[in-house]
Amino acid sequence: MTTVKAPGVWQRSANLRTGFLYLLPSIVLFAVFLFYPMIRTIYLSFFLTDQNGNAAVNVGFENYSYLLTSPAFLNSMKATGLFVLYTVPIGIILSLFFALLANEKLKGIGFFRTMYSSTMGISVAASSVIWLFLFHPSVGLFNRILVAVNLPQVQWLLDPEWALFSIAVSTIWMNTGFSFLILLGGLQNIDEHLYESSRIDGAGYFYRLRRITIPMLSPTLFFIITISLINAFQTFGQIDILTKGGPSQSTNLIVYSIYREAFINYQFGTASAQAVILFIIILVVTILQFKLLEKKVHYQ
Amino acid sequence: MKRVELIDVSKSYDKQVDVISNIDVTIEPGEFFVLVGPSGCGKSTMLRMIAGLEEITGGVLEIGGKRANHLSPDKRDLSMVFQNYALYPHLTVFQNITFGLDVKKVKKAEQTKRANEVAEMLGLSDFLKRKPRELSGGQRQRVALARAIVSEAPICLMDEPLSNLDAKLRAHMRTEIRRIQRKLGITMIYVTHDQVEAMTMGDRIMILHEGKIQQVGKPIDIYNYPANPFVATFIGSPPMNISPARMEPTKSGVFIGDTIQVSMTEQQMIAGAARPLLAGIRPEHIQPVVTGTEMGNKVQVDVTNVEILGNETVFSFQVGDREWMAKWSGQWDIAIGDQVPILLGSEYFCVFDEETGELIRKPEGLAHLSIAKEVSL
Repeated sequence: MTTVKAPGVWQRSANLRTGFLYLLPSIVLFAVFLFYPMIRTIYLSFFLTDQNGNAAVNVGFENYSYLLTSPAFLNSMKATGLFVLYTVPIGIILSLFFALLANEKLKGIGFFRTMYSSTMGISVAASSVIWLFLFHPSVGLFNRILVAVNLPQVQWLLDPEWALFSIAVSTIWMNTGFSFLILLGGLQNIDEHLYESSRIDGAGYFYRLRRITIPMLSPTLFFIITISLINAFQTFGQIDILTKGGPSQSTNLIVYSIYREAFINYQFGTASAQAVILFIIILVVTILQFKLLEKKVHYQ
Repeated sequence: MKRVELIDVSKSYDKQVDVISNIDVTIEPGEFFVLVGPSGCGKSTMLRMIAGLEEITGGVLEIGGKRANHLSPDKRDLSMVFQNYALYPHLTVFQNITFGLDVKKVKKAEQTKRANEVAEMLGLSDFLKRKPRELSGGQRQRVALARAIVSEAPICLMDEPLSNLDAKLRAHMRTEIRRIQRKLGITMIYVTHDQVEAMTMGDRIMILHEGKIQQVGKPIDIYNYPANPFVATFIGSPPMNISPARMEPTKSGVFIGDTIQVSMTEQQMIAGAARPLLAGIRPEHIQPVVTGTEMGNKVQVDVTNVEILGNETVFSFQVGDREWMAKWSGQWDIAIGDQVPILLGSEYFCVFDEETGELIRKPEGLAHLSIAKEVSL
C-alpha cells in the first residue's frame, strides 16, 4: 500500500517564496530608505536625545503631551492647516481652469500648454528666489504696482498678517504646472465622440462640463487632490528660502518646524514626535478622502 | 420625416485639395439611404458634415427645405449613432438614453415614459440600471440605437454602427435597424464600408470613391448596371471579373483575348470606337458547359483555386493576366489544376470605357424572377 504524503511546508510555500523573491529588490530599497527611518522616528519620538541624535532617556508619551500643549506647535499646526486650505482648492481650480482652456483645439495652443506647464521645470529653490524678488518691499514688482495705482504698500513676507498668504500664492504658482499637466492629460483622454454626441443633443458648454467632463475626469481629479494635499502638508523649500518660518512664527509649517527642532535645536525626540503626528494627520486625511470622495469617482 | 438635400457640396481641409467634391444628392423623407465606399473615401466626413460636426466648405446643405450650412448640430433635428457608440461610461443605460431629453429639458415623467418605451422596443428593459461596461457589444449597440430613437428626431445618421459586432449579430441588427426605421418612418442616412449592408438595407445607395459620387440608385440597379468599373468591382462578392477588351469592328463586338467575344449593337460600337475598353462579367454568370449548350463563348480554363461554400462553389482561373472567378451553385467536385469548360454568355457582359469609366454596354437577359410568374400554386 502506498500513502500519498501531504506536501510539506517547504513545498506548499513554493509560490510564496517565488513571489517574495520578485519583491526582494523593492523590499530592500523600501526597508533601507523608508521602513527603517520610519521605525527609527517612531522609536525616537519616545526619547530625549543627545546632540548626536542618540536615544538618551525614555520619556514615554511625554514628547507628545508636551507638543500638544505647546503653543508653538499648535500655532504651527494652525498655520499648516490654513496653508493647505489656501493652496489646495485654489490651486486645483486654477489648474483645472487652465487645463480646460488649453484643451481647446486652437492654433498655437501648444505654446500655451508649454507655458502653463512650465513651472514644473523650475525647481522650488529657483522659483522661490524669483518670488523673493517679486515680494521685495521696495523694488519688488508687486509693491511697485501698488504704488503705481496709489495703494499702500504691503510688507509681503515681513508682515505676519500677509506672510502665509504670500507663501501660499507662490506655492500655488509653483504647483500649477504639475496639476495642469496631469489634468490636461486626463482631459485629452476623454473620448471626443462623447462631446460630439452631446452637441447633437444640444448640450451647452457648462452642461457638458458638469455631466461629461467632470465625471470623466474624476479619477484624475481625485488623484491630483490627494497628491496636492500631501504635498501641501509637506511644504518646506519655499518656507526655508522666503521666510524661514517667520515673521513671528506665522509661516512655521510643520515640516519646517520639524527641521528646526531637529537640526537647529537638536531636539530629535520632539522633532520625531512632530513627524509622527504629521504622518498620522496625512494618513487620516487621505483615508477620509478615500472614504468620502472615492464613491463619487468614476473609474473606467 | 424630412428631406435632406446636398447641392454641389464639397469639403477641403487646407483650402486647396477637396477631399469631397461635387456632391449632389437628395435624400427623400422616410428613405433609408446608404453611403458606401472603401476606407478613406470621405463617407464619414460627409455624414459629419450633414450632422454639423464638420464645416461645409462649399455648396449648400438643405434640411427640410431650409438651408442648414451654418446651423449648429442640435438645430438640425437629427440624431446620430457613432461607430464606437459614444455611450457615457459613467451614466447608466437609462441616463444614457435620457441624456438628450434632459438637455432639452423634457419633463422627468415624460423622459421616463419615452425611455421605457424605447427600451421595451429594443429589449433593454432589464438593463436600464446598468453601466455600459457591464453590457455586451450587442447590448451597447442597442443603447446607442435607443438614444437615437428616443429623441424622436426625423432624421437619423448612423456611422458604421455594426462594424464592431460579430457576423451573426450584425446580420440580426441589420434587419432590426431596418424594421425600426420602417416602423418609425424616419429618414435614415447610413454609412458603411460593407457592401452587403448597403445592398440589404438601403432603399437607395450612394457609392463614394475618393470623395466623388460613383453612382446613386437602387441596390439592384447598381448591382445589375454598375456605372463604372469601380462600382462593378466594389459591389458584389466575389467582385465582377474585368479584363481589357479590344474592338473588332468587322465582327460587331469586342474581344477579350482571342476567344471571348462580346457582341454589341451599332450604337454601342460607335460609342466605344477607338477607345480603350474593359469588359466584365459577374462570377455567377459564368456557367458550366452542359450537353445541349449551343452558342456562346466556350472556353477551357485551368483552375487555380477552389472554395466550396456549402451551397455554392467558387473557383478561379486566369484570363490573360487577370484572375477571374466563377460562382456555380451546388457543390462541384473541382480540384486545383483541373481543366474546366466554361460558358461565358455574351449577353451578360458589361463593357466600360477604360478612361472615363462610362458603361457602354449594359448586360442583358438578367433573370428577374417573380412569384406570380414562377411559382405554381
